[in-house]
Amino acid sequence: MRCDLVVVGAGPAGSMTAKAAAEAGLKVVMLEKRQEIGDPVRCAEGVSKAPLKKLVDPDPAWISAEVKGARIRAPDGTEIVISEDRAGAEVGYVLERKVFDRALAQKAAEAGAEVMVKTRALRLLWEGGVPAGVYAQFVGEKFKIEAPLVIGADGVESKVGRWAGIDTALKPEDIETCAQFLVQDEKVDEDYCEFCLGNQIAPGGYVWSFPKGRGIANVGIGVLGSKADPGMPMRLLREFVKERFPDGKVLEVVVGGVPVSGPIERTVADGIILVGDAARQSDPITGGGIINAMNAGMMAGEIAADLVPKGEMDSGSLQIYEKRWRETIGKHISRNFAVKEFFVDLTDDDLNHLIHSLDGIDVAEMNLRGLLKVLVRQNPKHLLKLRHLLG
Amino acid sequence: MLTVNRYKCGYCGACVGVCPTGALELVETWIEVNDDCTRCGRCTSICPLGALELIREAKA
Repeated sequence: MRCDLVVVGAGPAGSMTAKAAAEAGLKVVMLEKRQEIGDPVRCAEGVSKAPLKKLVDPDPAWISAEVKGARIRAPDGTEIVISEDRAGAEVGYVLERKVFDRALAQKAAEAGAEVMVKTRALRLLWEGGVPAGVYAQFVGEKFKIEAPLVIGADGVESKVGRWAGIDTALKPEDIETCAQFLVQDEKVDEDYCEFCLGNQIAPGGYVWSFPKGRGIANVGIGVLGSKADPGMPMRLLREFVKERFPDGKVLEVVVGGVPVSGPIERTVADGIILVGDAARQSDPITGGGIINAMNAGMMAGEIAADLVPKGEMDSGSLQIYEKRWRETIGKHISRNFAVKEFFVDLTDDDLNHLIHSLDGIDVAEMNLRGLLKVLVRQNPKHLLKLRHLLG
Repeated sequence: MLTVNRYKCGYCGACVGVCPTGALELVETWIEVNDDCTRCGRCTSICPLGALELIREAKA
């Protein structure tokens, strides 16, 4: 078969790409290797409200919970609480990804994109030294999809970039290895997202609890790859849940890897664009990737719709995508990467000290950036390195 | 050689993301390892469930 654009992967990045390109008139084919879009989930499902609303009209069908704010807990148990408006800048809705991802794919389909599930891209198709589509497989049957442009929206395990010579391999210090339980327990906080810091409970990462509805929450852990040993996230999560929710029931197990590399060197090649986790566009501090992925997807889809009819799919022409995402979402990702690099090596004493330094300061109305700024002000010597990052 | 314990694996693809040689692939609910594997072991400590293991090959 032949089309204008092949999108590999039907997560939020892929579906937004497919939707934008199809709306602008391209003949789009979106492949999803899994049988079911959105399942199994590999996500804590938290998303910020305002940026999501800019991208799509929120539908109660895919929102599990709305939160009132966030609590950040130091290793010694000291807590700071941030109220909804501002914390919502980081996490406001907790989604039901299984429903959300399929709803986005449906929007792409409604816009005219072809959606093929249980269909895996096996490798690129080359013609005259440039990619010209993909070889794909559906229920054991191999076939060609010819297209002048291929979008890699294939997630943390992305292969599209590697096939085109883009090195997307993550170093151990550039990935958070994660495990999560959907916990049912009366002790679950139904109103607040919680972030627990500490080198004992989550080396180079944090433990989270995101409410999912009445008496249930996503309780998970991220450990920095360079500080992990085999199976560590699952082991530490079980310890945490046993202590915190001794009577808790586990309704679901989720595992996954989250890129925290910051922007990688390049995300385009001749006939290739990478979006979302495949382009390592997740936030290095929070690990959140949905909004960045959707924004990048929209940019890629619009750019594809502009360039494909003109026949300009070489990496030079595609620099417009590099430029656009790096000047928008990329700025935030770069800054948060630098901040993360600083935070992952702090001791528990350092972390306690930082949280204590906020004692008596009203942080309720602050977002992450505001909070970091106050931390720098309160700890000028300690956080000298951070000061220039925050401007 | 690198072994994947399919009874432990959560098929999340984290190992695939860190593999320096692109030797791993997440297919449906399992991980495939091809000949490009250099047995560097990077994937073993990344696996959230500890499903990957380097096993020393017995000399013939």
